[in-house]
Amino acid sequence: MQKFRLATGGDIDRGHPVRFEFNGAPLEGYRGDTLASALLAHGRHLVGRSFKYHRPRGIFSAGAEEPSALVQIARGARTEPNARATVVEVHDGLVARSQNCWPSVRFDLGAINNVVSRLIPAGFYYKTFMWPPTPAAWLRYEHWIRRAAGMGRSATSADPDRYDQRFAHCDVLVVGGGVAGLAAARAAAGGGARVIVCDETPRWGGLARRGASSVPIDGAPRGDWIDTCVDDLAGAADVTMLSRSTAFGYYDGNLVGAVERVTHHLAAPLPPFAPRERLWLIRAKAVVLASGAHERGIAYPDNDRPGTMLLSAARTYVERFGVRPGTCAVVFANHDGAYDDALALRDAGIEIAAVVDPRDDAAMAGVDVRRARDAGLPVHARSLVLRAHGGHRVHAVDVAAREGGKSQRIDCDLVCVAGGWSPAVHLFSQARGTLRYDEAIAAFVPDASPLPIVAAGAANGCFDDALLAADGTAAGEAALALARGASPSPAAVARPPRAPGAAPVEPLWTVPAPYGAKRFVDLQNDVTVDDVALAKREGYQSVEHLKRYTTLGMGTDQGKTSNVPGLALMAAELGTTIPAVGTTTFRPPYTPVTMGAFPGAHTGPHVEPVRRSAMHAWHASQGARFVNAGLWKRPHSYPRTGESEDDAARREAINVRRNVGVVDVSTLGKIELQGRDAAAFLNRVYINRFDSLAVGRCRYGVMLRDDGMVMDDGTTSRLADTHFLVTTTTVNAVRVMQHFEYLLQVAWPTLEVYATSVTEQWSAAAISGPRARDVVAALVDLDVSNAAFPFLAVGACRVRTADGEVPGRLFRMSYSGELAYELHVPTVHGLAAWEGIIAAGAPFGLMPYGTEAMSTLRIEKGHVVVGAEADGRTTADDLGLGKLVNAGKWCVGKPLLGRPALVADDRWQLVGLTAQHGAVMPRGGKLVADPDRAPPIPMQGHITSWCESPHVGAWIGLALLAGGRARHGETLWAVSPLADQRVRVTVGPPAFIDPEGTRLRG
Amino acid sequence: MMLIPCPWCGPRNQVEFTYGGDATVERPADDAPMEAWFAYVYLRDNPRGPHDEWWLHSAGCRSWFAVRRDTRTHDILASAPVGEPLGERAP
Repeated sequence: MQKFRLATGGDIDRGHPVRFEFNGAPLEGYRGDTLASALLAHGRHLVGRSFKYHRPRGIFSAGAEEPSALVQIARGARTEPNARATVVEVHDGLVARSQNCWPSVRFDLGAINNVVSRLIPAGFYYKTFMWPPTPAAWLRYEHWIRRAAGMGRSATSADPDRYDQRFAHCDVLVVGGGVAGLAAARAAAGGGARVIVCDETPRWGGLARRGASSVPIDGAPRGDWIDTCVDDLAGAADVTMLSRSTAFGYYDGNLVGAVERVTHHLAAPLPPFAPRERLWLIRAKAVVLASGAHERGIAYPDNDRPGTMLLSAARTYVERFGVRPGTCAVVFANHDGAYDDALALRDAGIEIAAVVDPRDDAAMAGVDVRRARDAGLPVHARSLVLRAHGGHRVHAVDVAAREGGKSQRIDCDLVCVAGGWSPAVHLFSQARGTLRYDEAIAAFVPDASPLPIVAAGAANGCFDDALLAADGTAAGEAALALARGASPSPAAVARPPRAPGAAPVEPLWTVPAPYGAKRFVDLQNDVTVDDVALAKREGYQSVEHLKRYTTLGMGTDQGKTSNVPGLALMAAELGTTIPAVGTTTFRPPYTPVTMGAFPGAHTGPHVEPVRRSAMHAWHASQGARFVNAGLWKRPHSYPRTGESEDDAARREAINVRRNVGVVDVSTLGKIELQGRDAAAFLNRVYINRFDSLAVGRCRYGVMLRDDGMVMDDGTTSRLADTHFLVTTTTVNAVRVMQHFEYLLQVAWPTLEVYATSVTEQWSAAAISGPRARDVVAALVDLDVSNAAFPFLAVGACRVRTADGEVPGRLFRMSYSGELAYELHVPTVHGLAAWEGIIAAGAPFGLMPYGTEAMSTLRIEKGHVVVGAEADGRTTADDLGLGKLVNAGKWCVGKPLLGRPALVADDRWQLVGLTAQHGAVMPRGGKLVADPDRAPPIPMQGHITSWCESPHVGAWIGLALLAGGRARHGETLWAVSPLADQRVRVTVGPPAFIDPEGTRLRG
Repeated sequence: MMLIPCPWCGPRNQVEFTYGGDATVERPADDAPMEAWFAYVYLRDNPRGPHDEWWLHSAGCRSWFAVRRDTRTHDILASAPVGEPLGERAP
């Protein structure tokens, strides 16, 4: 039974009842209702408990600015905390409940905080829970504080919904679809502009949509004007209209972010494939900000009792939703504009028990004041509401004359507060616009922005119904000019937004109160007038300090109804003016945006691209375990049934040393260099020479950064006189390409060299082991004898595969330390060539091996890896590669290699470590001489790579050790305090196998 | 997100580009003394206002080019191919 629903009126569909649930009770509303309007239709004002004092709270507003009616929307994994009941559209199956109360909203144990509230003023937590002064102590307290002072609960499982993203471009973006916004959009579209207009609500027209306001627009009734305007825009070719879409931020390059709520308002089952929300990233040439304004409250004692709401909100409930928010109202207002609203409430059958106005009779000169008086409304001029009575619902207020004297108690079940309006200047401020304090409306209004943004309507400080459309039209025309290249001009925003002679707002922010009375400025954060005074006394006087000390203006509403009153109170405390106090920064987002909207579809496996080699399917079919290497998936090992990954890697490594193995190295970066100066370029890039490299040969090279540290290593082959193939490490391929491009384009533009990344174009496999030659001989059409194809030889070849012969390139190089070849084929033939290798190798015991075995083999050989050993702080000499630095030529990084610190004897140098007594090498262990001495224990180095070596028969590692090259034979401790491990290790040379290199040359 | 005018591709979204550092420092000659290289590698002004910097159109034409950006506002004031002076071409 919707007791408070009016028989007629409003934008709700009485023919379509919807059933929803609030705090377990099944309730009925109508299509078109918000949760707030539907609750009010049942006479329910008590919606939640406040953040700090757990005071009963009701519905304060009718829009996005709502500070207090926050609810949890319960939909399992779709649960949404802190939803504003004033913007949640009801639908069948909606389940909502109160937040921050236990066991129930009517009886909340946390309300003890209200009883002891004098003990917990602003800053209480900072002052009290700082002993002992350790982070751990604060974390322990914080756990309980957070439980007591809570908002809603976030979902604990992954978001099951889809989110969409769209980039859009337009000449003019209009933010806000009220009268001014629609007029601006029509003016801009009429001038030929591509227009996007968005509004956060489901209906166009803004506040003007309400009821039958007396002021026509362009001679037409407002509703008709709005409908015609919307029809015109919807029918225009180049206009996009986005309702339920909030423009939440203004970013660099005139980019406005907007979030469209696509399915929030729909009952299950939702349309298939529809995103829950769509993030619009709109590049606009010019922006019209017609975002309206937020009405403010006045801080009198107990001004938070349910049944207290903004006057404009009460009118919205009556006229837009056909709901009476009360039966008997007291209006507390400080400006003429309130009287039309009061009359509208009266017309809906709400008794107006009093209109309390702090102003003198003389100041109350507006036509609506006269109308109200003529209609018999009891107007109390020069009076204040001194306090409210009630608990879960207001039931009376005390009213007294401003100069004091005996107060009069007036019964009511609704208090409507009208403390003036604050234009929603958020996006204007984010667009580096300056604000100006306008005394006439006691609020900040847009002044000027260097960017092409124009404010219009209430956002521009225009509160005269008769001027809204004209203000919007002028803004639309100004935006059109900006979009066509006019410079932003202050004149564009200096249009007079109000008729001359309009009565100013009386800046009344609070009323006198006895000690301890709670006059709330910020309903969401339970910040009172006394808290502002306390902040001032304790020195937190700047608005930014005030905000952080008291939490005024924080939270999900970001102080839309409280910021201006708060800083006005601080100005009064400081005895200065409001503009001198200034505003806090208006940071995006304007209203909360679901996190899921920002990544959009880029979640789970779509966070970043996955790169797979041509042989990936084969690896997977053989049970390979994959690891990530940059974006690549690489086989870690190929465990057989019943075999662990470690056992598999060990078997694979042993087989390489004993027979032969093959590893997919397609992921290596490959860059082809061509051009007259290719050799000269390589000479400048690498520490070693490449001009002396013969055609048909390859060479290991190391390149440095400008600061002399090792950047990357790899093998470079000379395919022809002016044609080289450079290989890079897998994870550095992009960086090296960028480095080459920088050098060629910026540093040495006269060199004639063309660099092309061919990583994707060539698949590659390395065949290693004593039987490698047998396998390769069976595969390619080259003579691969040691005499004809020695170590470091390179040649073009034909590769036999099941698909027939395919072209390839054969390289004789070794990473494992064994006799080894690398075979490259065009990617399209990668899988066939791989299968050819597997088939050709079968008679010789060939097994595939993964990155883990590859790592074991290279650690045994003492080969460094960029990232582990070459960690950005190591020079070539630190890694034992100093002899590669060619003394006869310059190269990148060489000029700074001579710095004293880079040639000192105690630099951390590459060594090999062997764990003693069969111990396991601690992961990432630190090297110390004596782990038992009193801390701090000097660290002499650290382990960079480690493995259990089948060849050595012990755990071994590579490490960087201070002065390490001169310390072979020493015993040290490798310790890992995190793992509580300590192992004795023997220092030695980094190569554990075949240091002379006879195997790979054999 | 900044809108960066690639001299070859026109204005494109910032996500297509990679920042390449200060373009006001001049790369020393190869045989310049260590001090000159030290200054080039490590010493940077941190200006408040217009600043010239290198950008790479990494997800586009792969050209390096110079951009004049106001560090206070992220306004892009000019861009130019390597070797051409900034400011002669409107973005």
